This record gives sequence, C-alpha cells and structure tokens, in this order.
Amino acid sequence: MKLDERVINGLMIVGLLALPLWAVVVDEPFTITLVTRAVILALAAVGLNIILGFGGMVSFGHAAFFGIGGYAMGILAYHAQTYTALDLGFASFGGTKTMPLIWLTAMVFSALVALLIGLLSLRTSGVYFIMITLAFGQMFFYFAISWSQYGGEDGLSIYIRNDFPGLNTLVPIQFFAICFTVLCVVLFLVARLRASPFGLALNAARQSTIRVETMGMDPMRLKLVAFVLSGAVTGLAGALFADLNRFVSPSMFSWQMSGELIVLIIIGGVGRLMGPVVGACVFVALEHFLGGLTDFWHIYLGVILLCIVLFARGGLLGLLTGKEGAHV
Amino acid sequence: MSDPILATQNLVKNFGALKATDDVSIDLLPGEIHAVIGPNGAGKSTLIQQICGSLKPDSGRVFLDGTDVSKQSTQARARAGLGRTFQISALAMEDTVLENAVLGVIGAQHAARQFWSNALRTPELTDRAMAALERVGLAEHSQTRCANLSHGERRQLEVGMALTLSPRAFIMDEPMAGLGAGGSKRLTGLLDGLRQEAPILLVEHDMDAVFALADRISVLVYGKIIATGASQEIRSSSAVREAYLGEEI
Repeated sequence: MKLDERVINGLMIVGLLALPLWAVVVDEPFTITLVTRAVILALAAVGLNIILGFGGMVSFGHAAFFGIGGYAMGILAYHAQTYTALDLGFASFGGTKTMPLIWLTAMVFSALVALLIGLLSLRTSGVYFIMITLAFGQMFFYFAISWSQYGGEDGLSIYIRNDFPGLNTLVPIQFFAICFTVLCVVLFLVARLRASPFGLALNAARQSTIRVETMGMDPMRLKLVAFVLSGAVTGLAGALFADLNRFVSPSMFSWQMSGELIVLIIIGGVGRLMGPVVGACVFVALEHFLGGLTDFWHIYLGVILLCIVLFARGGLLGLLTGKEGAHV
Repeated sequence: MSDPILATQNLVKNFGALKATDDVSIDLLPGEIHAVIGPNGAGKSTLIQQICGSLKPDSGRVFLDGTDVSKQSTQARARAGLGRTFQISALAMEDTVLENAVLGVIGAQHAARQFWSNALRTPELTDRAMAALERVGLAEHSQTRCANLSHGERRQLEVGMALTLSPRAFIMDEPMAGLGAGGSKRLTGLLDGLRQEAPILLVEHDMDAVFALADRISVLVYGKIIATGASQEIRSSSAVREAYLGEEI
C-alpha cells in the first residue's frame, strides 16, 4: 500500500475536523474533548519535531516548555480569578483570562527559557544532549513541586476556562475549533519553515555539521534558533493543555511527559510534517480504548513502539507512504 | 609577480611531542594549482584544517586576499571565499543534489535567516546552484538523492558545492581519493578548467593527477616543507625522491 503523503496529510486534517463535528451531531461531548486532547498533544509534538525531526536534536526535556506554557496560563488565570495582584517586583498587575495574552506570555517565556537551555545544552550532542535536556526538565519539575504559592505538588485549579474574544470557550466544540485552528496555523508555518533556506540549512546541519560550516553557516546558531522556535510552540501547546483540563500541575513538567512527546513523533514518523499529528491521534486512541480495558495499556503502546522502531523507521506515515526510512 | 590569494605564515601545530605542522609557509598564486604532497602522516590534513579554521594553530597566521583570517571561524573563512572539499565526502546524504548545491548559495548569500520563502523555488538560489552543477556535470542528477550517487559523482558534487560559494581559492583534500582511472581522469579535466576561476591548493596522493595538474608542488614531510618548486623540479629533486617518491619514478 503506497499512498501520497500529501493525501494522507489532507485526510488526517479532514478526519480531525469531521470527528468532533459528528460528535456534536450525536451529542457526544466527551469525544470532542478527546480529539481536542489529541490536537493539543499533536501541537506540542509538532514543536518538538522542529528540533528532533528536522534538526536531529533529541530533547528529553521538552516537558519544560510544555509546563512553562501550562504554568503561564495557570498563574495568569489564578491571579485573575482570585483578584490578587501578580507582583513581579518592578511591576504588578492583576493577571488575565484572555487566551491570546496567555498564549503570548507562554510563548515568550518558553522561548526565553529555550534560549538559555539551548545555549548551554547545544554544546553537547548525542547522549549528553539527551541527559542535559533531561536535567533541565527535572529542574523545572522539582521547582514546580516546591512552588507552594501556586499549589506545589497539588497543582492549581482554574475554575472557568479562559476567554477568547467572540467565542464561548466552555462549549467543547468552540474550544476545539480554537485548538484546531492553532494547530493548522502552526503546521502551515512549520511547512514553510521546513522548505525555507533556514529549514534546508537546519536539515543539512543534522546530517553533516562540518558541511554546513564549510558552506559559511554557523550550525550552532541554526540549531539554537530551531530550539527556541520549538520551545515556543510546545509552550503554546502547554497553555492550551492547561486550559483543556482547567488544571495545572507539576506532572506537565515530568520526564514521562517529555518521553511521551518523543514517542508520539516516533509512532507517526520522525521529521515528517504530520508525523506528530498521526502519533498523537494513535496515542490518545490507545489511551482511551485500551486504557478502558486495562490500567497497563502502556504495555501495548510499548509493543507498538517496538515494532515501529524495528520494522518501520519512518513511523506509521512512512509505512503508509512506502518510504521506510526516517526523514526521507 | 602578483600577490598570493592565500598564504600561511610560519604555521606551527604540535600534538604533544609530535610536530604536526612545523613552520609552514605556503602560498597560492592567482590562476595556479599548487599541490601539496607527502607521505601518510606528513601533516597534510592538519595543515588544511588550520587553513580552513577547524583547527587552531599554536602560532603562525593565515592570509586570504591579504587579510589576516587567523582569528576567524570556519564559516567566516568560507564566506570570505575558501571553497573546501573533503577527503571523505561530507554531504547531506538524505538530500538531493540540488538541495546540497543550494546550501552553498544560502551560505554565500546569508540566506539562512529566511524562514518564509521556499528555497528550491527561489531563482536567486537555484540558478547559481544549477550553474555550479552544470559545471561539474551533475545537472541531470539534480533531483537524485546524494545517497544514490556513485562515489565519483559525490566527488564531483563536493567540487560543485565549493563552486557555489564563488570562492577566491579552493582547498581540496584528496579529491581523487577512491576514484578509478576513468573517474580520476574526468575529475582531473574538471579541476584543470577551474584554476582560472580560482587557484587550487590541492592535497593529493594520485601522482598522475598531481603531475598533470600542478603548476607548483610543495613536499611536506614530518610537518615540514622540504621543497617547493615547479612540477618538473620536484620530480627530479633527489631529496624529494628519497623522502617520498621512492624508486618507482
């Protein structure tokens, strides 16, 4: 079975849109929530795919950005819902419940932290890069646990979902529409990025650092820019994820979260535009259906992952398009 | 005599007690091919790395077009006009030939800060890349993935990628390595025509190619240049024979 990748990508998008619409018709709000969850996890993994897929950097600490996005939402909304001031030392304001502002904050903070983590960790590669990013992720995890002002280990509940101008975000399909639109916009931007001169250079830097240097470019800088963009996208996903659950906790920073994002990409196809989306859909479907049967559903996930790593390096998308290898 | 395009001044590099580069001063004049020969372990690759900036010399300087580039990074030297090819092909193997060639143009034009335009649909990038591929005879393979190229074609692409930089000087590390007689001959013809574009500093083991191409030859032994001269001079020098060429010539 060999299908054109663009056809599959189109079908995926149509499917992601059709399923919740059908759920509206038959009045199954939980299905909408489920698809929304898949969309948000996909967005987070799309962010990771920028560095893991295109840049060849296996970050095992991307939960840091997911969590920063989540806490950006949590903290801003917490102050807004409790009418307390968010005191930054030099300025103080009352928080906000407006999504675009929260997103902006989440992306800016994630990008700044990514810049710092990237500057330090990109000096290393291979296993050391994996370990150093993991270490940074864990630092954020333990910081969040001990941050008692914002719930510490118990996390932070936001009672009412944040607002989006002109929409009622409490209606599941409307919140889904927001997340879906964000995903589509980001996918479009990432597709442009991949085909751009920057994307071409980044992809070459993954394959041969010295080649890129010899062509007059700084591979470190290319990777750093990719790392920052990647962190910002995953941070945005974190803010949406927190809004979906109306709850933030240190588990968003956990290394299991980082691992899950990597797993999503591997299942769907490393370095493929829609790989993370396919992976996220499969993951959420397994979590829902197998998770309903047994608490140990991760075993089945593990078997699937094993099969893909052994027999289909290009992930499910690689399998469907008949292109076996990763990336190509 | 015109000023050299590329020159090193008293380069020294020690690895512990080993003198890998011992007071090497070498220059490359416009329009010439200057070959550097020497036995294995003579320090040829070490010398190239210092010229291109991937290895820092203990002392000495490197000049490109009269400018001291000793403190510059590899990428800065590449943009200033050093077109380097590798002994072992360093290509983006998963990418197509054209994508590889475009990479050089992106570097030369500082285009890597463009996030929006499509690299392969930007004529300013692809025209120059295609011209370079045309030059090395790979134009019809532009859509081939590098991994599917023959060894000889990869060597040609190495040269083509250096060309995309519109270099002031070529630095070639054993471009003939691993080529058969036919491939070696084709590449020799190609390099012969390139010297008018930019002079070539050629490190090579293939003596047929060296004697066919080189205007001047320098002989490097134990990190030291023991002789520099016209091709014929070197061939007949007894010191060189003893150190390197052996009985066969």
